[in-house]
Amino acid sequence: MQIFLHLFSDYTLRTVAIGTAILGIVSGALGSYAVLRKQSLVGDAISHAALPGICLAFLITDSKTPLVMIVGASLAGWLGILVVTAIVRNTRIKEDAALGIILAVFFGVGIVLLTLIQKIPNANQAGLDKFLFGQAAALLERDIKTMGIISIMVISLTFLFWKEFKLLCFDPTFGASLGFPMKILDILLMTLIVIAIVIGLQAVGVVLMSAMVVAPASAARQWTNRLAIMVCLAALFGAIAGVTGAIISSTTAKIPTGPMIVVCASVIFLFSLAFAPNRGLIWQSLLKKTKFKPEINEVDPK
Amino acid sequence: MSPQIEILLVAIIVSIACALPGVFLILRRMALMSDAISHSVLLGIVVGFFIIGQVDSPILLIFAAGTGVATVSLVELLHRTQLVKEDAAIGIVFPALFSIGVILVTRYANNVHLDQDVVLLGEIALAPFDRVTILGLSLPRGLVVMTLILVTNLSCIVIFYKELKISTFDAGLATALGFSPVFIHYGLMSLVSITAVGAFHAVGAVLVVALMIVPPATAYLLTNRLSIMLAISSLVGTISAIMGYFVAAKMDASVAGSMASMTGICFLLTFLIAPKRGILAIIYRRFRQKWEFSQTLLLIHLVNHEGKENEAEECNVNRINQHLSWNQTFTQNVILYAEKKGSIQIEEQILRLTNRGREIADQAFAR
Amino acid sequence: MSMNQSSSAIEVTDLTVAYQEKPVLWDIDMNVPPGVLMAIVGPNGAGKTTLIKAILGLVRSASGQMLIYGKPYRQQRRIVSYVPQRGSVDWDFPTTVKDVVMMGRYGALGWLRRPGQQEKKLASEAMEKVGILNLADRQISQLSGGQQQRVFLARALTQDAQVYLMDEPFQGVDATTERAIVLLLQQFREEGKTVVVVHHDLQTVSDYFDWVTLLNVRRIASGPVNTIFNESNLRQTYGGRIGFLKTEQEMSNPQVLPEPTL
Repeated sequence: MQIFLHLFSDYTLRTVAIGTAILGIVSGALGSYAVLRKQSLVGDAISHAALPGICLAFLITDSKTPLVMIVGASLAGWLGILVVTAIVRNTRIKEDAALGIILAVFFGVGIVLLTLIQKIPNANQAGLDKFLFGQAAALLERDIKTMGIISIMVISLTFLFWKEFKLLCFDPTFGASLGFPMKILDILLMTLIVIAIVIGLQAVGVVLMSAMVVAPASAARQWTNRLAIMVCLAALFGAIAGVTGAIISSTTAKIPTGPMIVVCASVIFLFSLAFAPNRGLIWQSLLKKTKFKPEINEVDPK
Repeated sequence: MSPQIEILLVAIIVSIACALPGVFLILRRMALMSDAISHSVLLGIVVGFFIIGQVDSPILLIFAAGTGVATVSLVELLHRTQLVKEDAAIGIVFPALFSIGVILVTRYANNVHLDQDVVLLGEIALAPFDRVTILGLSLPRGLVVMTLILVTNLSCIVIFYKELKISTFDAGLATALGFSPVFIHYGLMSLVSITAVGAFHAVGAVLVVALMIVPPATAYLLTNRLSIMLAISSLVGTISAIMGYFVAAKMDASVAGSMASMTGICFLLTFLIAPKRGILAIIYRRFRQKWEFSQTLLLIHLVNHEGKENEAEECNVNRINQHLSWNQTFTQNVILYAEKKGSIQIEEQILRLTNRGREIADQAFAR
Repeated sequence: MSMNQSSSAIEVTDLTVAYQEKPVLWDIDMNVPPGVLMAIVGPNGAGKTTLIKAILGLVRSASGQMLIYGKPYRQQRRIVSYVPQRGSVDWDFPTTVKDVVMMGRYGALGWLRRPGQQEKKLASEAMEKVGILNLADRQISQLSGGQQQRVFLARALTQDAQVYLMDEPFQGVDATTERAIVLLLQQFREEGKTVVVVHHDLQTVSDYFDWVTLLNVRRIASGPVNTIFNESNLRQTYGGRIGFLKTEQEMSNPQVLPEPTL
């Protein structure tokens, strides 16, 4: 209880809470699309691939401002996606292996760069390794501002292209037959997902950010059969997991932020899997006793 | 042995030990299981350590490997509820287990002789400092453990070669012949888990994935034969380990990260220049096929309209491009190509098939 | 032939489609007159789905042109409706029947505009027509195969098109739904609409359709069922696999179907 009182009085804690709430909302909402398009593990590849991007961005600009980090991470994430696509399209290597290759190799390159950067005699480099497991306590007001502005843009675009994205996720071939440029929409949605991932890297870290894309969305799916409600719920779950995890981590010694946030998200998922009405496991086992089957109505036209 | 040679040896043995089971992961389309397993064994290592209380007990290894197998079962269980797709199930299970592991490591770092850096980077550079004495020889523990794991992997693959091969390429046939696919599946997952636990200390959770997946994927671009694929994977692993070590030493960077980067470079080079399956070979082949294909297309068009009342129109040298919706230059080039190959001739502005041309068209239909 | 374009609802000339230089369709010519029900028939891998997708511009063609009432598809989108294979989408997607049916209006709505009252009304009418109005708010994973197919048909109905291209609408549906689809197709014909259906039940071709295209990478034949749909053409289409030919005699002796009561 005291923690929540602190929230309003403690400036640092409030910044942390707002920051992690933002990342939870964006990754939850956009994660819904990734999960529905069966791209859950693409998020894993993107977040790992972002590490060399962050390092290179720092090496080139010598700056750690959030915008620089986000741009670097996004470009590297996108490069990762492009390489995966090129491998899958041109060789007989399957998507799962291609994702694994990108994830591990990009991360390896990132680690090499990171160890090199740490040798640079420059105080400015300190803290770049926080991108591995994230550190919410390090969030500053300028970070929150950048994250907030980018998030508003991402969420508005999602809302603006609501109908088109729904079509893309459910039936892209039909969408193309209606004349919508599905490839462009695909690229746009993928870009939004990449941004949703990199925006949270500072707080959650590259290693575990992908869980924030998958867990809240999968939890939300259990509660509803409507896309709109799923996206909103996933955003809410993401925010709850983010804020709870970050506060526990910031107020307790020796608890890394990223893993704590992921544990919170996983608990929400487990709870949803068990207790959600209709789809939840407990509900289903109750229904099985009454031998429920969806009624089938076959009615002739007219 | 000097410490440098010892580190190099550990690196090579880890790479080969990882590459061998990785071949089957690639072929069975379970590449990302290595990702899931290598992360979740951390929890097994930590919890096992709390229970057993020793770092060097072989029971710890088995316990941690059990966590890997449990992860696979957990993913399957979750997937089987039909509430979560398989990719999402993987994407939830292992980060959750890994997170718990990392939190425990961070909180009790002093007790478990692990810290966040080891989890991600491994401590291969420290391998020479942790020694055991076997038969009077003082050897790095990592070298001994990984050699044992390599021998286990190698002997399992040799002993069950036929079973692994059949169940990988034809699960139905394997069942019919009486090999349980479930047994093979979990056997393989156990090998991967044991290997992941061993390699974990050397290169960390994420980079195990590089060593398990990238060399076999590289080999997959070069051969169709399982035995050769196993050999090439081991070779690529070895090369990456050696190059990775020296680059890291030169730049004073992370050995594990450098090894992973080198597997990436091996893959990239193969992806570009592999005979038959490399990008350059593909581009060259597509370029050549484009003319062959366009010629055949033209010939088939001629066959379809040969002797029909609209032949004069459809097969007219100057108007055929409109019927095929080709641009004029391209059409002229295809006609020139076909004339050079002797498959068509032009009579009074009308394209006619030669016998050679008719043969090519027949062959195309027969396919 | 090309002089008299608009006499065809669909005109395909010299269409070749290849995936990475592997031919799927070779130099196809096909004319579909307005107001016919046409089946595309051929063995697996014959390129039936590809032909439909090529007409819709969904796959790139290596040669040839496809015209709908004399114009390329991109100019005729509003009068064409496509019904993809039922299995091509994830029926566990979190959405309702009504929502999917309304997607038929997305093309007419264009960018950014949301479906409103007008769209809801059209969707309700379409759902009523195929007998699924009572399922409007149901989640789509709770539907039977036949009901799923009706959802797709209702979606197509909201497009109010002149030309319908349907990919295996009879695949895996119950007898009642099959009859319902046949009635719907016949109603389309009475309204002068053109329907092209990828079909693979040879037994029912002559009952359900009046026009047929036999396809096996090449176009074997295309025309009225009673002149084209014969043993020698089928033999050519299916190659050596002619086990079905025994039943061909029975094909001229159709199963009794209820007369359309529309």
